[in-house]
Amino acid sequence: MLNILTRGLYKSNPVFRLMLGLCPVLAVSSSVHNAIGMGTAVIFVLVSSNFIVSLIRKMIPRRIRIPIFIMIIATFVTIVDLLMAGFSPLLHKSLGLYIPLIVVNCIILGRVETFASKNKIIFSVADGLGMGFGFTLSLVLIASFREILGNGTWLGMQIFGSKFKPAILMILPPGAFLTIGLLMGLLHWIDHYRTVHKHVHSKAR
Amino acid sequence: MEFQSLLIIAVGAIFISNFVLERFLGICPYIGVSQKLHAAFGMGMAVIFVMSMASVVTWTIYTYLLKPSTTNIIYRLIMKGQGSPPDLTYLRTITFILVIATLVQFVEMVIQKTSPGLNRTLGIYLPLITTNCAILGVSILNIESGYGFIESLVNGFASGIGFTLALILMAGLREKLELTNVPRAMRGAPIAFILAGCMSLAFLGFTGLKIG
Repeated sequence: MLNILTRGLYKSNPVFRLMLGLCPVLAVSSSVHNAIGMGTAVIFVLVSSNFIVSLIRKMIPRRIRIPIFIMIIATFVTIVDLLMAGFSPLLHKSLGLYIPLIVVNCIILGRVETFASKNKIIFSVADGLGMGFGFTLSLVLIASFREILGNGTWLGMQIFGSKFKPAILMILPPGAFLTIGLLMGLLHWIDHYRTVHKHVHSKAR
Repeated sequence: MEFQSLLIIAVGAIFISNFVLERFLGICPYIGVSQKLHAAFGMGMAVIFVMSMASVVTWTIYTYLLKPSTTNIIYRLIMKGQGSPPDLTYLRTITFILVIATLVQFVEMVIQKTSPGLNRTLGIYLPLITTNCAILGVSILNIESGYGFIESLVNGFASGIGFTLALILMAGLREKLELTNVPRAMRGAPIAFILAGCMSLAFLGFTGLKIG
């Protein structure tokens, strides 16, 4: 159970490991504020659709399962879209196009298909939470780099003195690609270092 | 006048706000199918085709079924022009994704039956397109920009070309990249993202472009 909850955070992180749902990651990570908003929306949709699919998994005919999954996901995305438009119109405006596009986000369909349609409700909800938080965490991480370097702020707070000249490139589109590429490389490097380290240790013993 | 505005839409969709590099739509196939030039070409053609079709179909459905107006089909046929036209715009996301999925299936079937040659080029890429966010993206963008029928068609077609352009450029670079010595940690996806960043930087240059 705990394993299902935590593996989304690092071991099979949806963004860096599974490389799923990259479009919104790149698009809305220009500020931490947007990243948190998007993350929350994805967590909601992921947990709810995992729950519903797991609930009716024995009733869904195998051959038309994908259209059914898409319908369920689209319903929750519409709910999020309307809620966000009602309660925080500013956030809704800055996320814009990318809210309806959660429907085609491969993380959600991927988790529903590979996990929720085969597992019990409680595990599916845990999986949704874990993956959702993993997604949000990576989103916030990327957004932090971009906002601090590109704007000199974090969540709107000034970080550096007034002498700091922000690298505007980082909040423009190229910055998104560069940041995610470098972070992914760093992660690979850490993994490689750890396996080599383990190897040396076991040999010494 | 008319033609000029269409040209502006086309150049804007291909270069200035390129779907992949400036709007970040369709990143998954962009990283996934850009290993070989041949595959990239097939994918690009399939995307251009489906994007144009999807733009036309979703625009028509939105304007005549979902939008509250006196020409709304439901208002005309079922409500017989009584009361006020129904506002079904909140069904946009669900309708569009279903229409696109159906459209892709349909196109696949037609191509299989009619043209084996085309089927060989596009066949394996068509199923991948349903979950390509660029298709849904262009449909929603057409509606939100308030484009008309012809403008939507041009925008869909040009966005497809923009996507193909970026994909083919990337595939060409990646084929060359296989011969180089990339640090171990950066091999595969990370270096592809760095490359994409450089390309995006180059495309930023088009932002200053002024037409008309």
